[in-house]
Amino acid sequence: MSNQPSYKNTEVIQASLKKRYAREKRFQWYGRLAVLIGFTFLFILLFDIVSKGYPAFTQQYIQVSVNFDADRLGVDSSSGEEELYRADYLGIVKNSLREMFPEVSGRKDKRKLYRLVSIGAEYQLRDYAIDNPEVIGKRQDIWLLAHSEAGAYLKGQVTRETPESDRKLKDVQMQWLDSLVQQGRTESRFNTLFFSTGDSREPELAGIKAALYGSFFTLLVTFLLAFPIGVFAAVYLEEFAPRNRLTDLIEININNLAAVPSIVFGLLGLAVFINFFELPRSAPLVGGIVLSLMTLPTIIITSRAAIQSVSPSIRQAALGVGASPLQTVFHHVLPVAMPGILTGSIIGMAQALGESAPLLMIGMVAFIMDVPGGVTDPSTVLPVQIFLWADSPERGFMEKTSAAIMVLMGFLIIMNALAIYLRKRFELK
Amino acid sequence: MNSIAMTADSKGDSGAAGNRGGLDIHDHADVSGYETIGEPFVDDPKMSARNVNVYYGDKQAIHNVSLDIGKNEVIAMIGPSGCGKSTFLRTFNRMNDIIPICRMEGDINLDQEDVYRGGQDTVMLRARVGMVFQKPNPFPKSIYENVAYGARIHGLAHTKAELDEIVEKSLRRASLFDEVKEVLDQPGTGLSGGQQQRLCIARAIAVSPEVILMDEPCSALDPIATARIEELIDELKERYTIAIVTHSMQQAARVSQRTAYFHLGKLIEVGATKEVFTMPKHELTENYITGRFG
Repeated sequence: MSNQPSYKNTEVIQASLKKRYAREKRFQWYGRLAVLIGFTFLFILLFDIVSKGYPAFTQQYIQVSVNFDADRLGVDSSSGEEELYRADYLGIVKNSLREMFPEVSGRKDKRKLYRLVSIGAEYQLRDYAIDNPEVIGKRQDIWLLAHSEAGAYLKGQVTRETPESDRKLKDVQMQWLDSLVQQGRTESRFNTLFFSTGDSREPELAGIKAALYGSFFTLLVTFLLAFPIGVFAAVYLEEFAPRNRLTDLIEININNLAAVPSIVFGLLGLAVFINFFELPRSAPLVGGIVLSLMTLPTIIITSRAAIQSVSPSIRQAALGVGASPLQTVFHHVLPVAMPGILTGSIIGMAQALGESAPLLMIGMVAFIMDVPGGVTDPSTVLPVQIFLWADSPERGFMEKTSAAIMVLMGFLIIMNALAIYLRKRFELK
Repeated sequence: MNSIAMTADSKGDSGAAGNRGGLDIHDHADVSGYETIGEPFVDDPKMSARNVNVYYGDKQAIHNVSLDIGKNEVIAMIGPSGCGKSTFLRTFNRMNDIIPICRMEGDINLDQEDVYRGGQDTVMLRARVGMVFQKPNPFPKSIYENVAYGARIHGLAHTKAELDEIVEKSLRRASLFDEVKEVLDQPGTGLSGGQQQRLCIARAIAVSPEVILMDEPCSALDPIATARIEELIDELKERYTIAIVTHSMQQAARVSQRTAYFHLGKLIEVGATKEVFTMPKHELTENYITGRFG
């Protein structure tokens, strides 16, 4: 008789088991679905960016037989570097192209012919002549950078299927390019220019080196300011500060600061650092200060959490053998908390690397062609460069935008990998 | 079955209290002027507590306790959970200071010097009064570093050779050296629980303290590891004065010369261990050591 209720219990449990397991199965499927949806979006995003961006890593060159006509250049074989520098290379570019296509006549068609090569071609010839002065007065085959529209045709991005009125590259230009291809006078090369120049009005000449250096200097300033200040603030608040109204107020304010829209920090930077302290405009110095203000709450909050999670038994052990509170923190608490602190800081830095809004406010949106050499030189940063290129109407900038995004994401991946590596290293110790 | 036993137990308790006219410990008013049974004072104390009261916020955890710890003796503090024995132990090296809401009244003397007033520094105090905690808590560093740390921060060794000597001597005294001499550079957290606790003892004695406070040092260990620690305590009392808080009455009986029984923040009874365990004078002590509660 005493078995009766327990037997009944098994029945009841048995009946509910099926339901419970079904619920668990269902929940697992929800989870899988959520992961799948997330990955699908990520894949679509990456595919879109990569498929648009990868052509930007190659560049088209056209081999032109250039006549370094000394009379036209206004130099002779005894001319020095100074004279060679000032000579008229645009003239010989045009001349050489006319010689290759003697049938072209009329101002309009000639202009179209000149547009096959980049505006940068004359500087390319200038540099070549300065490096090889013996070429003056001779004829030489030289690979000249193609104009971005001509390059797009050679890459197959522009076809005749588009009505002629809708494209910049006209049918006659396409014929010339076709004949160049037949002669084997076109070539596709890896785009080194993209990594070695600053911004340009011409898509084929535009590069991200200036933006990369700008990002580097900005992040350097951000890290040097935000990391020590953030960690020391966190250590003080967590280990030494008394718990009272004032520290509560500070804590609430730090948490609030983390939620302030980033553009507000840009306005602050404009008002305080540029207008009041008269620091240079468009400089990584100001950008770095603004971004460190933005990153500080993240670093302080994550560092405090990391310090809090250090087991109190380690603190007691250190205090128990007579370590002073400062020794306890620096010898025992911080080393254990370091992985967490570093992870938080690198997440903060990655956030700063991808930030553009506050930098627009302090003038880092300017058109910068020169690679900055220090923290006070005018410069731009990668996300702002992406913003600028995305805003440009030329089709050549579209692929540059995606390519720059790929570079930016590459750096973010490197930073996150670094965070994981550092965490593992510190954890082993 | 269980409930019947419980009823019988509680009946027995209340009956005993009524019969002997003893102290009802749950009535606070009744015990404010409670006098400890036995002799809490010794002729030549290493440390002494006088009229100690400890509060956590508004709650009083220790009620007017006075107790001496004699030179080179092992004194055991026993009592049910929450009786304040650990809190009381931690007043001897001011470990309660790190708890913000904790407040202490009364005097603690080390060699007749007041450790709370009179300009005693906590760093100095904790170098002289070492502590071993309930859960083994080695630093997440190498075994060598664990032992060397205290000596290093106090500047007790001037050369690497001196430091090596201190580490070896301390590990030998903690009877751990032979087990770890090949792996001194391995993390201390990789040792077994018993080894970790002996490492913590080695770490405490590397600073050459005069007193070692042990807060339930064996509660996280198996019987074999416990036996080794108990042997160790026996050896250590030659050089050090030891106060040990324990939940195990057998342990108290085995290692200590004097035993103090705490109940709800009061020192109920104290005396020679043999007497306390064979002829407890107070009914609460008797109930506890005979296993009626705890």
